[in-house]
Amino acid sequence: MSEINVHSTAAEMAAALAAGTTTSVALTNAHFEQIAAVEPAVHSFLHLDHEGALAQAAAVDADRAAGKALAPLAGVPLALKDVLAQEGVPTTAGSKMLENWRPPYDATVVKKLKDAGIIILGKTNMDEFAMGSSTENSAYGNTHNPWDLTRIPGGSGGGSAAALAAFQAPLAIGTDTGGSIRQPAAVTGTVGVKPTYGGVSRYGLIAFSSSLDQAGPCARTVLDTALLHEAIAGYDPMDSTSINAPVPRVVEAAKKLDLKGLKIGVVKELLGDGFQAGVRQRFEEALEELVKAGATIVEVSCPNFDYGLAAYYLIAPSEASSNLARFDSMRYGLRVGDDGSRSAEAVMSLTRHEGFGAEVKRRIILGTYALSSGYYDAYYGSAQKVRTLVKRDFDNAFAEVDVLVSPTCPTTAFKLGENTDDPLAMYLNDIATIPVNLAGIGGMSLPCGLAPEDGLPVGFQIMSPGMRDDLMYQVGGTLEAALVSRWGRTLLSQAPALGGK
Amino acid sequence: MAAISREDVAHLAKLARIDMNESELDHLVTELGAILGAVARVQEAAAGDIPPTSHPFPVNNVFRQDEVRPSLSNAQALSGAPAQDEERFKVPQILGEE
Repeated sequence: MSEINVHSTAAEMAAALAAGTTTSVALTNAHFEQIAAVEPAVHSFLHLDHEGALAQAAAVDADRAAGKALAPLAGVPLALKDVLAQEGVPTTAGSKMLENWRPPYDATVVKKLKDAGIIILGKTNMDEFAMGSSTENSAYGNTHNPWDLTRIPGGSGGGSAAALAAFQAPLAIGTDTGGSIRQPAAVTGTVGVKPTYGGVSRYGLIAFSSSLDQAGPCARTVLDTALLHEAIAGYDPMDSTSINAPVPRVVEAAKKLDLKGLKIGVVKELLGDGFQAGVRQRFEEALEELVKAGATIVEVSCPNFDYGLAAYYLIAPSEASSNLARFDSMRYGLRVGDDGSRSAEAVMSLTRHEGFGAEVKRRIILGTYALSSGYYDAYYGSAQKVRTLVKRDFDNAFAEVDVLVSPTCPTTAFKLGENTDDPLAMYLNDIATIPVNLAGIGGMSLPCGLAPEDGLPVGFQIMSPGMRDDLMYQVGGTLEAALVSRWGRTLLSQAPALGGK
Repeated sequence: MAAISREDVAHLAKLARIDMNESELDHLVTELGAILGAVARVQEAAAGDIPPTSHPFPVNNVFRQDEVRPSLSNAQALSGAPAQDEERFKVPQILGEE
């Protein structure tokens, strides 16, 4: 094994820590140095917790020196999306509404990370309350794509994906309501997984759309993603929608590197003219690798996916309009205009005017409309029926095949500012990722090459049936190994140097 | 479906307790009109007798044990309060003048 540095995988770092050839404090310091070097260009982070991270690292090193049994990723650093509550550490969800808020408790995911000895370096930038596909809706500035600083890093989890691609952290946590883990992974050449809904606890995750939200692991390799998945997954009584069943064996699946007997369906509806030529080309080349690895490929039709985007942009804003009612300026968060003369209601309305950005307001108003009497059946009710139809499409498809595949996004990373004036054009980025959330199943994005026309990363999406997350890891791990062997190097090793080490 | 009017948007903003200035209302009327035009497609697909889905995997009757568990202290619960007084949240006046 070559010397451990910030370009190493999390698995390599974990092995070096276990072998005693490096320490968690050294690794953590190396990542803070890399962050200092590239952060002015990329801006992945909203907050860095030097003190907390180094204290955590020293504690893991001490436990290891004392011979204590440690979890597989103990001592490895991670970047945490700013939508998860971390006790005592600023948690903003990318909104002015929560500027300087320090949660009095840890999200279950954060507690599990700490228990596993994973070092939390800081909180990453995101679209406000996870609403967006470019991180341009953050109240705290843009994050830049490490492949081309004039382009978007995806969203809403653009900070987490950019941190991985810029080697600021080997592991990150994202959340995915309509593609916020997978689309940023696709446009930055990294790996991201939306686990089965209920597979990872939502307790302490600032809610956007509760029936769709799902936290999940992000990394630079499929195996690292699997290791992090097993660290954060599992039943949690604090989340009433948590699934009380064993965690799928995703690490074992990621190491299988064999697809013999596996049947893979290509979703016809997610490969049309709306998809960039280079995206289609790299996707089809990846399918050849799957065949070589022993899989059978068939075409599958999911006719109701065409309505998925429309259903999503009714269901998610409806749930958001209800969830975001909690930001009322009374118990925590921003309060504006409380001059002793205004009523609570006037202060509330003024605070929500000042504290929410344009996209959040747009979605709250849209959701309020879709849920209002007289329109409920036509909009929200119809969207819920479409949700049933999308689920049936998946059920029918999974009766024929083991997993489904598609490109993750219709295009590679677009320019910052390109879609900010056109909400509908922005929403189209999620066309291939949304059906997975509507049905609650698992979805992964991993890199399958660079589009010839612009040299930017293309994402390959794998969708697996509920609680069969292991299947997408098996296919993803195999595809990654085949592609890296074909290229003779990893995709990220081809990214432009940003400075740093 | 009738197009959304400026008055509709102003009413919705009031229901959602968000103050909006004139230019925000102007923008939103146009944007919401376009978005609603696009999402109204769900009505084509949902014309038949189809049961609605509110949740991906229905889990019913989730109960917890009725037992005392640790919870936030008063100080923790108040730690993010915009204003507090005598260990309570302090809020603007709830009732009007009259």
